[in-house]
Amino acid sequence: MMEKIFLLGNPNVGKSVVFSRLTGVHVIASNYPGTTVAITKGYLKIGEEKIEVIDLPGTYSLESTSNAEEAAVSSLKECPKDKSAVINILDATNLERNLFLTLQLIEEGFSVIVCLNMWDDTAHRGVHIDAEKLEELLGVPVISTCAVTGVGIKLLIERIKEAHPNPKNKLTHEARWQEIGKVVETVQRLTHRHHTLREILEDASVKPLSGLLMSCITIYISFKIVRFLGELLINKIFDPLFFDLYLPLLERLSLALGQKGFIHHLLIGELINGKIDFKQSLGVLTTAPYIEFAMVLPYIVSFYFILSLLEDIGYLPRLAILLDNLLHRLGLHGYAIIPVLLGFGCNVPGILSTRVLESKRERFIASTLISISVPCVPLQAMIFGLLGNFGGFYVVGVYLVLFSILVVLGIILNRVLPGYSPELLIEIPPYRFPPLLILGKKLYFRIKGFLIEAAPIVLLGVLAINILLYFRLLDFVTGVFAPVIQGLFGLPKEAAIALVIGFLRKDVAVGMLMPLALSAKQLFIAVTLLAISFPCIATFVVLLKELGLKYLIKATLIMIAVSIVVGSILNFVILR
Amino acid sequence: MRKISLIQMRENRKVKVSGISGGRILQHKMMSMGIYPGREIMKLSHFALRGPVAVRVGRSVLALGHGVAAKIIVEIE
Repeated sequence: MMEKIFLLGNPNVGKSVVFSRLTGVHVIASNYPGTTVAITKGYLKIGEEKIEVIDLPGTYSLESTSNAEEAAVSSLKECPKDKSAVINILDATNLERNLFLTLQLIEEGFSVIVCLNMWDDTAHRGVHIDAEKLEELLGVPVISTCAVTGVGIKLLIERIKEAHPNPKNKLTHEARWQEIGKVVETVQRLTHRHHTLREILEDASVKPLSGLLMSCITIYISFKIVRFLGELLINKIFDPLFFDLYLPLLERLSLALGQKGFIHHLLIGELINGKIDFKQSLGVLTTAPYIEFAMVLPYIVSFYFILSLLEDIGYLPRLAILLDNLLHRLGLHGYAIIPVLLGFGCNVPGILSTRVLESKRERFIASTLISISVPCVPLQAMIFGLLGNFGGFYVVGVYLVLFSILVVLGIILNRVLPGYSPELLIEIPPYRFPPLLILGKKLYFRIKGFLIEAAPIVLLGVLAINILLYFRLLDFVTGVFAPVIQGLFGLPKEAAIALVIGFLRKDVAVGMLMPLALSAKQLFIAVTLLAISFPCIATFVVLLKELGLKYLIKATLIMIAVSIVVGSILNFVILR
Repeated sequence: MRKISLIQMRENRKVKVSGISGGRILQHKMMSMGIYPGREIMKLSHFALRGPVAVRVGRSVLALGHGVAAKIIVEIE
């Protein structure tokens, strides 16, 4: 009786895509090793039976060498072998390397079914595999699939029941590689071809000069597209919707409420020069939706479009090689660029993906650096929207300050913390070109995720703030923080409210700054402090879960220290 | 035939791995990723200032930090 199906394979062979196909549960899949850092579960119905399907992080062998691998291997070993089957997913274009785990699984006596994924890609790369012969040699079912398009999945489901243990003698690692050599010799034929453009670009991206050039071009173009697409969405869709359709409705509501009073204060907020101002009124129906949908959402769409595209093409791990040297000095290695880049979208997935790093020390450094000097899209969108009015110089300035903090703090942490940083050791995937439908689906799920998380907090948050402001309950807070805020940072004492609200969400916090009529210098200091002081509550929860209370307290003390030092330096030294 | 470390050899050359001088965990990890004695590998690039090394092993490309690359011993003619 089969109860569980485990999906196991090397990193970046498409386990998560197969998982989505089998269970209908959407999980984020990308073209780099380590996209899946946690165990995901779903269900597959075969006839009347409902079988649990478990997607495991990628692993090269059954002896784990990292946290993610450990999770994969231990959960597999916990389940009795006679009640489980293992779908071993292989990258068909890289048969030899993938077979190491396959042979280990068969030797250990698991009921294995082999899934030769990315089958469609083999012909382009001059790889020809005799799947029948492979099935004969391994003694377990072998099915070729292309999970991205769904080809072969039906057959895979039909044959799952055929999986049965076929234990063999346990081999030493050397002997296993020899055995694999023989198998590959028999089943695989390689046709020699000239190098394609794709392969030339693959190789160029891992060499110093051409790699650096390519990364500069890629980052520049990505940045341009994010801005262009974001502004296009704002100017052509969201602003017209808000100003032409929504505003007239609000104006009528405002009149109906008599343009003042408690309810008016909550829903519409303050009238600026007798009119509703989306950026300054601060009502639940005015500023709150405007910030979320017209200022932040367009950039969420454009940022995740580009990030998803780069992820699926397989460009990101190439940045790891280029940045290994720098990151090594911060106590990390090149692959830490993946959590950092995800952190630019939202700190929460960024910190979760620090699981691709091996040691606790690295994860602490990476998480702390991300929560201090990596601004999320909502915060960045607001920085562009507000500070951009004073000129691009100030916006670039904020990024320069954040980058300097990242480097200096990283170097300090690397010196102070005991232990050493492990070395880079990753596989660089080939370039792949995802079908647009797959890309669109991933984008859809990310945007949906953002809306579900952000919208309620923003609306309730603004509601709560408006109540507190109306009854002047925040005067206490501004009073307590006034010496620091005014004395050290040179900001009006009301800015304290924004910093406190930054705890809830960064975009709303910047929104609170809008009616204060700050000077360029004050705004610069305020948004920088918002970025570096505390991450939002969601990030705190993840930090607590991932690092534990002791490390969270350490990280928090670092945040407070950095905020005070940087805020004062900016106020008294740099922007005098 | 001489034995040198991967970081000492020139780029764009194919060589045979002779051994891995690191600890058991590193040897094991390398082994499962396809770097083992007798295996032919090609060094693709080497970044300056004790930077990482990229190698082609079979059909995959691996990025190795400087310290790891230094522990891979290869045989050259």
